[in-house]
Amino acid sequence: MKLVRELESKYTKQNLPTFNVGDNVDVEVRIKEGDKERIQLFSGVVIQLRGSGIRTMFTVRRIVQGEGVERVFPLHSPKIANVIVRREGRVRRSKLYYLRGRTGRAARIDEKARVSKGE
Amino acid sequence: MAAPKFLLGRKVGMTQIHRGEEGDVVPVTVISAGPCVVSQVKTVENDGYLALQLAFEECREKVKSKPINGHFKKQGVKTHRFLREVRLAEPSDLKVGDTIKADVFAAGEKVDVIGTVKGRGFQGVMRVWNFGHKPEAHGNMNQRGPGSIGMHTRPGEVLKGHRMATHWGDERCTTRNLEVVDVDVEKNAVLVYGAVPGNRGDFVMIRAAKACRPKKTS
Repeated sequence: MKLVRELESKYTKQNLPTFNVGDNVDVEVRIKEGDKERIQLFSGVVIQLRGSGIRTMFTVRRIVQGEGVERVFPLHSPKIANVIVRREGRVRRSKLYYLRGRTGRAARIDEKARVSKGE
Repeated sequence: MAAPKFLLGRKVGMTQIHRGEEGDVVPVTVISAGPCVVSQVKTVENDGYLALQLAFEECREKVKSKPINGHFKKQGVKTHRFLREVRLAEPSDLKVGDTIKADVFAAGEKVDVIGTVKGRGFQGVMRVWNFGHKPEAHGNMNQRGPGSIGMHTRPGEVLKGHRMATHWGDERCTTRNLEVVDVDVEKNAVLVYGAVPGNRGDFVMIRAAKACRPKKTS
């Protein structure tokens, strides 16, 4: 299995964006339109990080027109150009599924105290 | 003629990779294949047919029998764990002692992978042959049995080939037309699309696909 890890490293990204569950992020997704390529943003809260190595996936949740939208991204996919952390959240669990049942003020996440990179 | 497209190896395990710009996720099996040493060249004059004998994975002499060790000694090749033969269509310029590496395969090619299916032991008809199971109520006390296995006086015997409980798995199996996704010559690794028979660490053989039937889709 060591060989598997080594071979995977060829396909994994070296400079991974660092972010955590609870963070407000902008995910830069590469989108092809005809022969042009542009970057689309998907911003929301990271509600789960799962898997390891090349299989790492993360889910971003946002509210669009009053409707909750979740998108799952493979972290190592070449389609994910970058993940920018807008606001670091202070959370106490690794999966924020409880956000799904909440809206508005109830779905707030406190900002991490030591960080002052406001929006 | 170049080296035959044939390698001995071991299944290492499965993973997935992102392929191309689109980053399509592709399931792959990693096979640690080669290097294989030519341990004997069989010729028409000598043996009646053309073939190369390949040896894979060096091991202590103690592991193999004396006749096998004697064969290796005669050819001047170190003792290896696995010996297999590849038939050739035309004479090869490879000599005893030459090695074949993973670079005989290239990404995009189609291969067959031959291995041994995971052994499942002695299994009942439900697992082996997908028989349905019988009612659990109404006094039935034999839920997983085969049921009727034949007629009465005529023919008075169970027909040959009737599916019954049996030993399952642990037999040779070829998965055909798998695509080579990537080859790493340095690490002696071949990445093959999809699954391959056997446990991790099991012995497998890779050969160029015998029947390259056209793909149905795309």
